[in-house]
Amino acid sequence: MSEHADVLIIGAGPAGLSAALAAANDGAQVVLLDDNPLPGGQIWRDGAQANIPSQARHLRDSVEAHTHIQRHAATRVVAKAGSQALLVENPERGWVITYRSLILCTGARELLLPFPGWTLPGVTGAGGLQALIKGGMPVVDERIVIAGSGPLLLASADTAKHHGAQVVRIAEQAPLGAVATFAMQLPRWPHKLLQSFSLFDAGYRTGTRIVAALGQDHLEGVRLQRGNKVEELACERLACGFGLIPNVQLGQALGCALGNNAIQVDAWQATDVAGVYAAGECTGFGGSELALVEGRIAGHVAAGNREAAQRLWGERQRWQRFAGSLNQHFALDPTLKHLAAPDTLLCRCEDVPYAAVAAHANWREAKLSTRCGMGACQGKVCGAAAHYLFDWPPVAPRPPFTPTRIETLIQLESAAQSEH
Amino acid sequence: MKPTRVADVIVIGAGIIGAACARELARCGQQVLVIDAGLHSATAAGMGHLLVLDDNQAELDISRYSLRRWRELGPQLPDDCAYRSNGTLWLAANEQELAAAEAKSINLRGEGIRCEMIPGHSLQEMEPILRDGLHGALRLPDDGILYAPNTARWMLDNPRIRQRRARVTELDGNRVRLDSGEWLSSEAVVLANGIQAVDLCPELPIAPKKGHLLITDRYPHPVTHTITELSYLTSVHNSSGASVACNIQPRPTGQLFIGTSRQFDTLDPEVEGWLLARMLKHAASYAPGLAKLNGIRAWAGFRAATPDGMPLIGEHPAQPGLWLAVGHEGLGVTTAPATADLLAALLFNEAEPIPAAAYAPGRYLGEPTHA
Repeated sequence: MSEHADVLIIGAGPAGLSAALAAANDGAQVVLLDDNPLPGGQIWRDGAQANIPSQARHLRDSVEAHTHIQRHAATRVVAKAGSQALLVENPERGWVITYRSLILCTGARELLLPFPGWTLPGVTGAGGLQALIKGGMPVVDERIVIAGSGPLLLASADTAKHHGAQVVRIAEQAPLGAVATFAMQLPRWPHKLLQSFSLFDAGYRTGTRIVAALGQDHLEGVRLQRGNKVEELACERLACGFGLIPNVQLGQALGCALGNNAIQVDAWQATDVAGVYAAGECTGFGGSELALVEGRIAGHVAAGNREAAQRLWGERQRWQRFAGSLNQHFALDPTLKHLAAPDTLLCRCEDVPYAAVAAHANWREAKLSTRCGMGACQGKVCGAAAHYLFDWPPVAPRPPFTPTRIETLIQLESAAQSEH
Repeated sequence: MKPTRVADVIVIGAGIIGAACARELARCGQQVLVIDAGLHSATAAGMGHLLVLDDNQAELDISRYSLRRWRELGPQLPDDCAYRSNGTLWLAANEQELAAAEAKSINLRGEGIRCEMIPGHSLQEMEPILRDGLHGALRLPDDGILYAPNTARWMLDNPRIRQRRARVTELDGNRVRLDSGEWLSSEAVVLANGIQAVDLCPELPIAPKKGHLLITDRYPHPVTHTITELSYLTSVHNSSGASVACNIQPRPTGQLFIGTSRQFDTLDPEVEGWLLARMLKHAASYAPGLAKLNGIRAWAGFRAATPDGMPLIGEHPAQPGLWLAVGHEGLGVTTAPATADLLAALLFNEAEPIPAAAYAPGRYLGEPTHA
């Protein structure tokens, strides 16, 4: 059983949705995959308590209604299945999708860094907290501390407050000067101004970093540091995110070149692999507006409509400037590389402490000797942390890219025979 | 340039063979320097199956002796070496294979190796993952498993052993040249770098045989033995094309290793989906319950194979001072202890723990050119 797409799109966040609509409007038969049950990606994550912006809802509805777009939810790419084909799997079945053009809109994930206590129940990522709340987790009257870096902290705090939590502190590691400079530039992007900096509240502190999550069996409080000043706050929840890292694994597996740890694309959103495009956060952090316009460009180009694509270059440039400013001003302070104690777990799946990993020369040797990154998450968390902490370059994934039923993998036999 | 004398013995390769040789030499009082280039090794890629094989006398000698040594070492090995004596189950899928299993059991018992025939109707009770209709199995309860990378590291953790990360670019008897250009010397050099040995000694009759493995997620599964098909014994000695055989091994974590494939004439280190799929399909034909399990990771590695399947252990006939411990194909983890003991005995002119002739490099490289 296989399926064919003129344009196959991986990821149904802002970039993927807008790419799908652009390509389908140009007449292409589009297949859109996402590993989440609902479209929207991380930023427009839907759920019991989600409040999706009307623009997102409109885009999603247009995609759902379009006769040229076939969307598969809860579907993951697990392997290459020939030169222009991917093996995919959902909870019920596995199958092969062949394509003429492929657009990677695989987004980004939060950088989670290890610090003492980060594995205590009650500690999540900043985006992770937002996703849990949107999914229906109650936080009414809970005291929450949010720490790390970037506007996601503010968005997460806003979601938490909106659902009745008491956000006792937002600890931003970037210094006041950088944040202020960034804020002063915001009038250039009025929509962003409304979105993020109206969220400022009295608990916001710059130049402040997490030192430890406190508690025995569950989180009871946090220790924060600002300059030489240490403060301890009692709380029920801690959400920590140190910015976003592009999900480049699928691109790497397909042979796409990387630059700045993101999938490298040209003005047409084309990677250096023929027929493979990329858009949105997997090409570098830039926010949903940039992702939307990049997705539209990629969708048009993949469907052969370069004129329409080129008309969007100006808009893209505008949001690229915003992204550049953001990345510059929320750059991570190198002291964050030293948050972990020797016995702090770096790999939660295999219970590997920081010191055991740090003793090795590279990721492969650390994996072989400590088994870090070899558990169920396959290094999605600790591999990214090790990349930041030790400057170990990310390694291209081998099939299966994600845990996959053996009965699905068996389909690679016939799927790939054309190659042999 | 005058070489620097750095140790009594230089061992090239820190895989399981190099580590076992270094450990044995250190036990004999030698100061050992182990040089490793940090490349992908068969030790890291393999399953770590410890098993007795009896295709011929030489294979039986080296595997039986080694298994006895592993059982002695077992209690000393730290937890992370995951040593277990879980036994091997050789599956017979038809009457012909059942007859082969019976013949094998008679031979093994005659050699003093514990084994028993399991009738087909009792197999599912023993290993519920297996399908109906298998004709029976031969069980070797004293076979085992271990995690070879950590075992090699444990063996190298010895006050008489120093380790150095470097690539050797040239060999000349007991002299070794590093990629830095530096020449090192010692009384003896042991070449134990598996498939990379031919880069330094192109005359060695060693060819890469590629293999694939997959590991599943953790499950509360009831697999106990390492499960292998008897036809493995026939497919293993093919010398061309690609073949697969059913090999299922439980890990102490609750994960399963699923293998195995053999391919010649390729040096492509990538996982090949079509062969991975064929291998998994074959394993699932013996154990249908595998189909619904999640595979979390697959990889490929290379076995260093000689034409007769036996390793080269002993002094290089044309290079006095250079000792070989290479060409173990898929059995390096099993046969590391015997390799190390035999190499040390030959080096010090002591009694051979097992007859050395079948592994002598001279069988391919000719007789010594020196007196």
